[in-house]
Amino acid sequence: MAQYRSFRDLDWALIIISIAICGIGVLQIFSATHDTPTWSDAWWKQIVYICAGIVLLWAVSKIDYHTLLGQAPLLYVLTILALLGTFAVGKMVFGSRRWIGIGGFHLQVSEFAKLVIVLLVARYLSGVKGEQLEVRDLVRLGGLVGLPLLLVLAQPDLGTSLTYLPILAVGVFLAGVRWKYVLTIAVGIGLMLPVGWHFLKDYQKARLVSFLDPSQDPKGSGYQVIQSKIAVGQGGMWGRGVTRGTQTQLRFLPVPHTDFIFSAFAEEHGFVGIVVVLGLYFLLLMQIVQNAQTSPDRAGMYICMGVAALLLFHLLVNVGMVVGRMPVTGIPLPLMSAGGSNILSMFLMLGLVNNVRLRRFVN
Amino acid sequence: MKLLETDRHQTPPDHPEQLAPLDLRDDIKFAAGKIALFQYVAVGIFVFLVASFWDLQVRNPEYYSEAALRNSVKSLPILAPRGKILDRDGRVIVDNHSSYSLILNRQLLKPEHLRPIAEGLNMDYEELLRRVHRFDSRPKYDPIIIKQELSESELAFVDSHRDPQTFPEMELIHSQRRLYPHNGMAAHVIGYVGEVSEQELNSPEFAKYSQGDIIGKAGIERQYNDQLIGIDGQRQVWVDNLGREHGVLGLKEATPGKDLQLTLDLDLQAVAELAMENRRGAVVALDPRTGEVLAMVSRPAYDPNKFAGRIKASDWKEIANNPYNPMLNRAIQAQFAPGSTFKPIMALAGLETGVIDDNFRVHCPGGASFYGHYFKCWQKGGHGTVELHKAIEQSCDVYFYNVGNRMGIDTIAKYAELVGFGRKTGIDLPNEASGLVPSSSWKMRNFRQKWYAGETISVAIGQGATTVTPIQLATAIGGIAMGGIFHTPHLVKEAQQSARKVDFNLDNINKVTYGMYAVVNEGGGTGGRARLPGLDVCGKTGSAQLASNQLLKGSKAGREMKDNAWFVGFAPWHAPEIVVVALFENGEHGYLAAPIVRDVMKAYFDKQFRMRANAAAKSRIDSMGSLIQKPEAPAKQEFGPEE
Repeated sequence: MAQYRSFRDLDWALIIISIAICGIGVLQIFSATHDTPTWSDAWWKQIVYICAGIVLLWAVSKIDYHTLLGQAPLLYVLTILALLGTFAVGKMVFGSRRWIGIGGFHLQVSEFAKLVIVLLVARYLSGVKGEQLEVRDLVRLGGLVGLPLLLVLAQPDLGTSLTYLPILAVGVFLAGVRWKYVLTIAVGIGLMLPVGWHFLKDYQKARLVSFLDPSQDPKGSGYQVIQSKIAVGQGGMWGRGVTRGTQTQLRFLPVPHTDFIFSAFAEEHGFVGIVVVLGLYFLLLMQIVQNAQTSPDRAGMYICMGVAALLLFHLLVNVGMVVGRMPVTGIPLPLMSAGGSNILSMFLMLGLVNNVRLRRFVN
Repeated sequence: MKLLETDRHQTPPDHPEQLAPLDLRDDIKFAAGKIALFQYVAVGIFVFLVASFWDLQVRNPEYYSEAALRNSVKSLPILAPRGKILDRDGRVIVDNHSSYSLILNRQLLKPEHLRPIAEGLNMDYEELLRRVHRFDSRPKYDPIIIKQELSESELAFVDSHRDPQTFPEMELIHSQRRLYPHNGMAAHVIGYVGEVSEQELNSPEFAKYSQGDIIGKAGIERQYNDQLIGIDGQRQVWVDNLGREHGVLGLKEATPGKDLQLTLDLDLQAVAELAMENRRGAVVALDPRTGEVLAMVSRPAYDPNKFAGRIKASDWKEIANNPYNPMLNRAIQAQFAPGSTFKPIMALAGLETGVIDDNFRVHCPGGASFYGHYFKCWQKGGHGTVELHKAIEQSCDVYFYNVGNRMGIDTIAKYAELVGFGRKTGIDLPNEASGLVPSSSWKMRNFRQKWYAGETISVAIGQGATTVTPIQLATAIGGIAMGGIFHTPHLVKEAQQSARKVDFNLDNINKVTYGMYAVVNEGGGTGGRARLPGLDVCGKTGSAQLASNQLLKGSKAGREMKDNAWFVGFAPWHAPEIVVVALFENGEHGYLAAPIVRDVMKAYFDKQFRMRANAAAKSRIDSMGSLIQKPEAPAKQEFGPEE
């Protein structure tokens, strides 16, 4: 299968859009952190991660995705082991064990697990030939995705664990499922919610409560949302200019270079800047979907749609949080938020999309 | 993970020559409609997000930009008051009173203002600068507490300079200042509080505190800091750029610290303090049945009120330059030779090991020779023929030289350690000293020399290298009086009680305590001044030479070289309720320390008598009230002081 592919055949539109978004992210990271000594090297670290990400994208697009799908079970087992490993050797940060240290770097295993789940779901669903999924398919898929989800939830990292669900949901939707199953699952989840509430950590409960009523907890996550909304509102139509956002610069905004980077961006670049960046994200998303539509087979289509679902979910939750329409869950903005695991796993997934694209001319 | 089986069963591959795991020619047309639907949903989500931004940024920008104008969020700490410290009857020993603390509002802070502010508040500029820089990565609305418990003049400085034109960053908040008893009463027990220092912040004991916190630095304040300290609250308000409040963002009330009840009895403490007035030394009164400390005095004392917040340089100099070190809690930290107060322990050791018995007699001509040295008895004329009872009663040195010589140093050390010498008693106060019990292995360890039998002689009368603290002596004698049950002394009511049992022969203990009874109550006793009518007081005097104390050898002659006076007493003989140790530094002779012990004991039994009388009266009234005729059996006063 592995025929030589021209460099030209890569999806350059997709790559250029991604790099553009990353570039805007680096600018914003610089603006938000340049006068904070502890974070002042975040922006050039981000550049290093982006360069590494581009190399990974190219590397992943070289290996035929069918080979990767063949290895999916192995990758899955390794991921589960690594997730279990975080409990044993993980680094405790902000009360959660998410990172494993490897030679000076701290890898967030749960970010890379997304990639494996995309592959796993694609592999399973492409094997189903019926019109609609059977109950046993749903149970198996649910179990396969549920295991890493629960492990990440126990770290505890609610935000990241939830990002696995849209991959599954969109996959199942595309493969076809009876409405009564969907209803059953929905009712089941509805019944489980009160039980789940019981298991949530106090800070998670506080976040949910303060999402419903930010003024209840103005110092905690409600405070973050209030500050974020003020920052966004301050931006107005044209924004206050780079390094001019008072909310960002006076550090009213919590973590203005990671989870709340978009509200810092909105303050400094205004509605116009927001439309441009959201436009870029939209183009990126449509480019991924287009690759799904031209995929040579179902597996490729599921891979691309899984990536698209994940990206859309991230945007909805993170950007929604910035404008106070979503609870604070602590998931990053893809390609923009500072952080190596976020950048690398996103580029790996874009590499998968390119991989599918490169194989569309087979025979 | 048998993902592939279903597909093999259902459809054979279209191209059998391809052995790829998945069928590559399967079409994806079936999903076209659903992908389109996904796209519509995506468009919807993007429209929703853009609309949200439109809402905040274009349609309603005034609301949020006005909010941002007002968005100088100011958070003011609400300082939690520390818990009170109470005596055993619930009377307040340490209280709080209102004071002011100065905080800096970092949003308004101008670096060039720091120097004049530091000068106005008598602070070190460099230190203030360092403190401000520590907050660099914290949100700007977090204020810095830069000085607690402002003095009158500092308050005046703040009041006259905090107008918007001068130093608007200064802000006063209410706080609670610690109020300690006057005259340094119980100062060493209670300790004092102060601002946590930078060195302390770097040590594990204090790591959980942050800059500006007021913590216990000594005594009970330090030992029980976690209980006494409260949790500060916070009030967060919106303020505009002129500093006017526009509403409360959040309010977290402070949680006050818990009150702490001590075992100290203020009445006894006052008597002991009074008895030690203008003297140097220590008094410890324990309940040997529980280990509760009833009184603890160390003199000279300091005024803990001067430490509250930050001590003035001149006050500190005065304390630091005092040659008698007022900061030392002599009750637990002074390590002196026990002198003759060691003799009851020697006697017990002799009886327990069988080295002596009732018939063991020594002739005391006023001294004796051992190993080529002549050792004097304190009684120049000698005591004549001496047996155990008389030896303790009259504190005959020659008798105990012989006991020590027969026992040997390591047996003496064994029994000294059994009663608790040479290690900390474990009282709930920081920095207790452990004293020293010399032995042959101790000498080998520290001097690389073997022990000479001649050195044992002076150890036998509590001299030589032996040192004890007053609390150790009180615990040891209390334990012996209790028949070998040594309770760990403690100062806090709720402290966990623990005791150590040593199997001494009760007959032997009786012989020793009978000797101590004679010290106080028989004609030839050295401690007659501790006698209390109607009470079986037992005791032992001690006059410990300082010349053997290496630390003081170099100091000035005269007063300094006078012997330390010890007295240890307990009462009543057969059912001890209180044991008191008095150490009177340079008091010359133990009988001068005896009245101190007597006064404390008298105060104790007077109070017990009053309380028992009251209780008896009350029960009589109660029984009359319930109209039940009981045979006449009111609690008889056993310890009436005036009989």
